[in-house]
Amino acid sequence: MFRFALGRLFQAVPVLLVVITVTFFLVHSAPGGPFDADKAVPPEVLKALEAQYNLDQPMWQQYLSYLGDVVQGDLGPSFKYSGRTVNELIGAGLPTTAELAFYAMLVALGVGITAGVTASMRPNTMQDYIPMSAAMIGICMPSFLLGPLLVLIFGIHLEWLPVSGWGDIPGDKILPSITLGTAYAAYIARLSRGGMLEVLTQDYIRTARAKGLSEPVVIAKHALRGGLIPVVSFLGPAFAGLLGGSFVVETIFQIPGLGRFYVQAAFNRDYTLILGMTVFFSTLIIIFNLLSDMLAIWLNPKLRQEIRGSN
Amino acid sequence: MAILEVKGLKVYFHTRNGVVKAVDDVSFSVDSGETLAIVGESGSGKSVTCYSLLDLLPKPPARIEGGTAFFDGEDLLTCSPDRMRHHRCNDIAVIFQDPMTSLNPFLTIGEQLIEPLIYHPDKSLIQSRSKARERAIQLLDEVGIIDPDSRFDCYPHEFSGGMRQRVMIAMALITKPRLLICDEPTTALDVTIQAQILKLIKKLQQTHEVAVIFISHDLGVVAGIADKVLVMCEGTIRETGNTDSIFYRSQNEYTKKLLAAIPSGPKKLESRVKPENLIRVSHLKTHFNDYSKQKIDGKYSQIKAVDDVSLNISRGEILGLVGESGSGKSTLGRSILQLVPNTAGIVNFGADQLTGLSPRQLVPWRRRMQMIFQDPYASLNPRMTVYETLSEPLLYHGLANRENVLSKVSELMDEVGLARGHMRKYPHEFSGGQRQRIAIGRAIATKPEFIIADEPVSALDVTIQAQILDLILDLVESHNLTMMFISHDLSVVRYISDRVMILHQGVIVEEGKTEELWANPQDPYTQNLLRSIPIADPILERARIENI
Amino acid sequence: MKQDSLSQSEIIEEDGSSLWNDAWIKLSKNYLALAGLGILILLCVVSLLTPWIAPYSYEQQNLDLGATAPSLQHWLGTDIFGRDMLTRIMYGGRVSLMVGFIATAVALVIGILWGAIAGFYGGRLDAVMMRIVDILYALPFMIFIVLLMVVFGRNILLLFLAIGAVEWLTMARIVRGQVMSLRNQEFVEAAYSLGLSQWTIIRRHIIPNTLGPVIVYTTLTIPSVMLLEAFLSFLGLGIQPPESSWGLLINYGVETMEEYPWLLIFPGVALSLTLFALNFLGDGLRDALDPRTSKD
Repeated sequence: MFRFALGRLFQAVPVLLVVITVTFFLVHSAPGGPFDADKAVPPEVLKALEAQYNLDQPMWQQYLSYLGDVVQGDLGPSFKYSGRTVNELIGAGLPTTAELAFYAMLVALGVGITAGVTASMRPNTMQDYIPMSAAMIGICMPSFLLGPLLVLIFGIHLEWLPVSGWGDIPGDKILPSITLGTAYAAYIARLSRGGMLEVLTQDYIRTARAKGLSEPVVIAKHALRGGLIPVVSFLGPAFAGLLGGSFVVETIFQIPGLGRFYVQAAFNRDYTLILGMTVFFSTLIIIFNLLSDMLAIWLNPKLRQEIRGSN
Repeated sequence: MAILEVKGLKVYFHTRNGVVKAVDDVSFSVDSGETLAIVGESGSGKSVTCYSLLDLLPKPPARIEGGTAFFDGEDLLTCSPDRMRHHRCNDIAVIFQDPMTSLNPFLTIGEQLIEPLIYHPDKSLIQSRSKARERAIQLLDEVGIIDPDSRFDCYPHEFSGGMRQRVMIAMALITKPRLLICDEPTTALDVTIQAQILKLIKKLQQTHEVAVIFISHDLGVVAGIADKVLVMCEGTIRETGNTDSIFYRSQNEYTKKLLAAIPSGPKKLESRVKPENLIRVSHLKTHFNDYSKQKIDGKYSQIKAVDDVSLNISRGEILGLVGESGSGKSTLGRSILQLVPNTAGIVNFGADQLTGLSPRQLVPWRRRMQMIFQDPYASLNPRMTVYETLSEPLLYHGLANRENVLSKVSELMDEVGLARGHMRKYPHEFSGGQRQRIAIGRAIATKPEFIIADEPVSALDVTIQAQILDLILDLVESHNLTMMFISHDLSVVRYISDRVMILHQGVIVEEGKTEELWANPQDPYTQNLLRSIPIADPILERARIENI
Repeated sequence: MKQDSLSQSEIIEEDGSSLWNDAWIKLSKNYLALAGLGILILLCVVSLLTPWIAPYSYEQQNLDLGATAPSLQHWLGTDIFGRDMLTRIMYGGRVSLMVGFIATAVALVIGILWGAIAGFYGGRLDAVMMRIVDILYALPFMIFIVLLMVVFGRNILLLFLAIGAVEWLTMARIVRGQVMSLRNQEFVEAAYSLGLSQWTIIRRHIIPNTLGPVIVYTTLTIPSVMLLEAFLSFLGLGIQPPESSWGLLINYGVETMEEYPWLLIFPGVALSLTLFALNFLGDGLRDALDPRTSKD
């Protein structure tokens, strides 16, 4: 397993290299320099600035030195936030976004699996239709619509919950977590229902029942493991989606996290920040995809053994 | 003393297209220690009957509409879920048909074995893990699992089919049941493994003093194992009685038809073999890369599906090719027809060499040699009508034009015994036997000289099987066909072939004229194979089992 | 010849029911899916005819009027510039649907070609092609699209391409899996043994049998593409004014939702309703075309 993980990580290196290269040249081929600000900047100041950020060197040299820095974990200085490095900015936003993503994932897994498994136990009855209709609403109600509506209802009309910030007032983490997690809860509900229905028709479930096991034991011990494998494989992509979703949710709820930084950087044309954050996000997503893949393999004894055997 | 007494059992399936009476007014009883066989073709309701006793049917669509099933004075059909769990755990156990899918692939076999003991519904009977493990290991040993102590912690995929079925048997016996339901326990297994498993069930039944309900479609198997036989068809009981009276003195038309349909004895058709080799295969090898294993020195290890096979088939001959699963018999057939690339060797059709020809060069030969496949459900394009399926080869090879294609297709349908009116229907609207007729029609459409039939009747019920075999023999005669008939079923091969070859692990171990080989097999593998065939005659079958 | 026509007239042919036929019958019993189909057709017709049937002109401002609640003159109210919301939602829907359909078409073409080639030829080519798909899957595409929109400006054509380029991956996987399993089916082997040419086999035996899943997945791709477009437009990175889309309208609606909630609610309902329609239709098609349910 360890060697398998190492092998997969090794395969991720060229992918990351491609990401860095493409992003770098994309960003540097963008029309308009980073200092085309509102006010005209005197030429000598511009020159000094460009020298400071190595922009006066040939492109390939800039690329190589950037690559060298990235390998050492240095993502360079920010163009717009003078005096601050990209590393510092990521460090400032990461805990907030990580916490938001974590809570959203809890919502997604908790609600999603419960709803999906409940629905699968009595297909085509009310016990199936109600949670699955709710899931359909969750899928068709994107976060940028759900968030404002929740704010409108629970924040403005009922005045139950705070509508912005993160960790400032008690309860201000509830709405953003629900907003971000809902769509994924809906997907996971559908996935786990599908997976469970598939497994529940298997012969080995009938065997388990014929042995006189109680229904909770049949579900928990025999069905869940196979039924939730699709959910486990979805965790990697879901994580990537949560990062993307955090752009919107952090904007709506004015949360000082990575997502909001990224959108602001996009508007400010803060190229080093965009570049650095893209590299950072890519690395994270690749690692999470790897983790969810490995978890799915580890859950399947046959695949687990094949990997062990191949080492 | 009857331990199970079923009266007037009715189980209906309520589907979108109406009510299906899967079991209709079935009554029987099982005495302690005896073996009752329930015999029937697919759809006869034999499995549904037994599953309804343990409440194992999916509801909906199934519904029990009436009847009683008393076990120990308690009606199984109306008892509470808790009582049902109690019966499943203490009294009645099941062995299912397919050992490959009936064990949970995510749990070790040990864990699955001890479950009924550690989750027992009676709190007082719950055993500790270590005690349950002891009992499980003892049972694994008894069913013939070698080194049960370490195998206890293995997963199902680490066992072969036969071994898995042994595990299933151990699992059924672990709660010391008084009634054991065996649902086609050997149907998914090779004939030699079948013989071992049947022997094991018989032995355990005696040592554990358990009554058995044995569900099977195979009258040969039933002849050897049953005390009483129940013949079912379309949800109703057709006949019931002790084994000898059913086999020797049956009064019922359906039972007689069933017994008559079993291929037995030597070939009926007179040999039409001409002294001219149509197919010559020399030193044929077909190897595949084994992708399931890691590369060694940059190369995959090889699966030798066909390994240095040489054979000749004379014009007009029917050659039977026999082998168990994984013997390479299907690959050999496909290799001869150039459907899979040959690794080495030469295949000749008449005077011409087929090996090495490009797909384009092979087209004229394709017309002259055809194949009939095993699974009539998979071998027909589900989106093409009978007309489209049958006209495709005619038009493609220029054997018909737009004007006469309709009449040619009609003739073909007559020949294979399909009503012309069904021409515009799709495969899913036909039964398995009818589909196989369509597939046979497609194979003979181009008027080929040579046909390879790959298990053409294995997926069919015994009465349908007899009809299709007769159709094949008729066509062989009327079209002057040369045929290679591939099968795992030795009785079928004996019934149809002039000459037989036994294939084992990609190599021909023995060949000879059918009756000579049957009378006097030389190779130990062949001898074992022939010894393992069940005979649908209780006295002969019991004697055969004694002698193994 | 004479005899042929004679025998022809003797045949009393029963027409069979094809799988497509069966699927249609099953779909026509699924009212939710039918409603979805109806809504979808209605939306497409309205979008096509918008320039002629819209009650007001798209850009016509009425600053004196300002934002008004729904009324008889303005069924869905007006925005802060006094522009008719119904008109704006109709025009926005044109763009949203167009993005949905065109980007899905891009995904469809690339995905089917890629998947079919990989699945049909198999072997090393397949391994390489699917490895590429795996690698692309691991990339953070949302971030890439944001990046593209930042770098190259908010160009609608680029948006089609970018979204299409993301969504083709799943299509390629589905098609490849289908083709792979079909290639090993006995009826395809039978076609080979009849000597049919590769193209005939693909045309007559492979394509008709892959169509079902492709149709289903296409129906489900359109809503996810529309969602992506709305997402980007909401962030201000997608469709740019003066063009409009539902995502953009929702974005404006959020800014003023405390005073004028209908400016958020109506475009939101339009988007959600469309997504519902497409998802229900997709689910219905999946059930109807699933071969496992076609037998009972």
